[in-house]
Amino acid sequence: MGKTIAEKILSQKSGKDVKANDIVVADLDFIMGQDGTSPLAIKAFQEMQAQRVFDPARIAMVIDHSAPSPLEGVSELHRQMRSFAGEQGICFYDIGDGVCHQLMPEQGHVVPGNLVIGADSHTCTYGAINVFSTGVGSTDLAAGLISGKLWFKVPETFKFVLNGQLPAGVYSKDLILHLIGDITADGATYMAAEYVGEAIADLSVEARFTISNMAIEMGAKAGLMEADLKTMDWVKQHSTKSFTVVKADADAVYARVKEYDVSCLDPQVAKPHTVDNVSPIGEVAGIPIQQGVIGTCTNGRMEDLRIAAGILQGRKVKSRLIIAPSSRQVMLQAIREGLIEIFLESGAAVVTPGCGPCVGTHNGVPSDGENVISTANRNFKGRMGNNRAFVYLGSPATVAASVIKGEISDPREYLR
Amino acid sequence: MDLKGQVHKFGDDVNTDYIISGRHKFKTLDMKELAKYVMEDLDPEFYSKVKAGDFIVAGSNFGCGSSREQAPLAIINADISAVVAKSFARIFYRNCINTGLPLIECDTDQIDEGDELEVDLQKGVLYNLSKGIEIAITPLPEVMLKILSDGGLVEHFKKYGAFNFD
Ligand code: SF4
Repeated sequence: MGKTIAEKILSQKSGKDVKANDIVVADLDFIMGQDGTSPLAIKAFQEMQAQRVFDPARIAMVIDHSAPSPLEGVSELHRQMRSFAGEQGICFYDIGDGVCHQLMPEQGHVVPGNLVIGADSHTCTYGAINVFSTGVGSTDLAAGLISGKLWFKVPETFKFVLNGQLPAGVYSKDLILHLIGDITADGATYMAAEYVGEAIADLSVEARFTISNMAIEMGAKAGLMEADLKTMDWVKQHSTKSFTVVKADADAVYARVKEYDVSCLDPQVAKPHTVDNVSPIGEVAGIPIQQGVIGTCTNGRMEDLRIAAGILQGRKVKSRLIIAPSSRQVMLQAIREGLIEIFLESGAAVVTPGCGPCVGTHNGVPSDGENVISTANRNFKGRMGNNRAFVYLGSPATVAASVIKGEISDPREYLR
Repeated sequence: MDLKGQVHKFGDDVNTDYIISGRHKFKTLDMKELAKYVMEDLDPEFYSKVKAGDFIVAGSNFGCGSSREQAPLAIINADISAVVAKSFARIFYRNCINTGLPLIECDTDQIDEGDELEVDLQKGVLYNLSKGIEIAITPLPEVMLKILSDGGLVEHFKKYGAFNFD
């Protein structure tokens, strides 16, 4: 019987021939922690009475969630991380370096076929480059730091077959919002998602990250894609690590298979307060917007900034607009290409590369009753730091168009 | 493990931002302090209403959202004995087992706010004492029972220095 990508990677890493629902202890290729989760992991590491991490070369810690620190308490947690990383000799990314999920692939830490854990739920992002990566909590992270291993329940797989070509003005963000709206927030709970088909093959690697990033919003443990030539080129540009790509077998067994034709898809918007509360743009256009956000691990990459700049160039925003490039490299490139100038001239505020206002710790907490449209992956009540605000999610193009008009707007009106 | 207490009932898709908001969780590692804000965005009175041993009961997909372990830790520190739901999001599920918070997966349609529950984890049954009914619960896989019975993953590692499920 054939195997899915998840079954193959977990078989290789556990040294056993496993199938869905087996429980295994498997070897980890890379481990990541961020500033919301690492301090507790360091505490658990100490409580577990460990002295050294298993391999400093296979661990990274990132300060991205509250960067730079907005509060004394946060500064103390950051200090603990810096000192732990220093003592253990592990790779450390400090304020301004970027969002963890941008850095792991961009800095070449993770490559196809790897098994990776990160103490952040959107660790599933690297599935776009054929990595079985999944989010864990702080105690799992500590166990990984010590042993280089973790236990996993091998997930069943939900296969999404995406046919057709996305129309102009419709992006990978719209596609994943549509899928989540369709199968709902727990439609793939405990499962791995596998995304295949022409629509995926057409996308750039950057655009694919957006889709894998949001696998968790349908409950999935991983959001996997096969590695094609584009993937391999991208990975070789970013990493010197050797790798072997993992393909699903033709006779692999799937828990569910669903086919979609994307060729008539409209831009999609997730409405407050759940990610699966999705409508085509036509149903929400005209809703007033006080603040827009472009950035986050979902849509803060070069391609996203180029799309937004294409719409914002030569125009002024009516709503406030916050832009947080996903990494230092992305920010530098955006400066070189003149995008940051376009943003600033349009009236946007550009903030430090990192999570920005995504999780409500700083950098743009909305006030009571305000509507925000963001390129992030979550719109839960209180998500941006105020439970009396309303968060809508859309593509960078939709956000850019909406802040120009001061209301939710169809980006296709601005295509040049 | 025998658990007994009153029900605080919630709906479907209770996410980790509701369990403990990002506003609070990034500030401190003091879980007793964080516990005061448990479920605050859904019910501002929650913490003051809870008595030691009470249950959180919910619909499907409890704990969806972020990987913050502050979520189960804040629940534990609010002296909740267990969470009962139709289904759980997976990172939350792992985090609960690892931190020693029992999770009970079963049909929760016949459990209402204020009901008195008793749970026998070994036997795998939940008694709704107020309604006089017995509800079957989905048994936990052995690996998780082992971690729970060791008192969480920290204790497991203290004892064995590594994963040990043999
Ligand atoms: S950008 Fe937002 S979703 Fe992504 S890691 Fe940061 S806080 Fe989490």
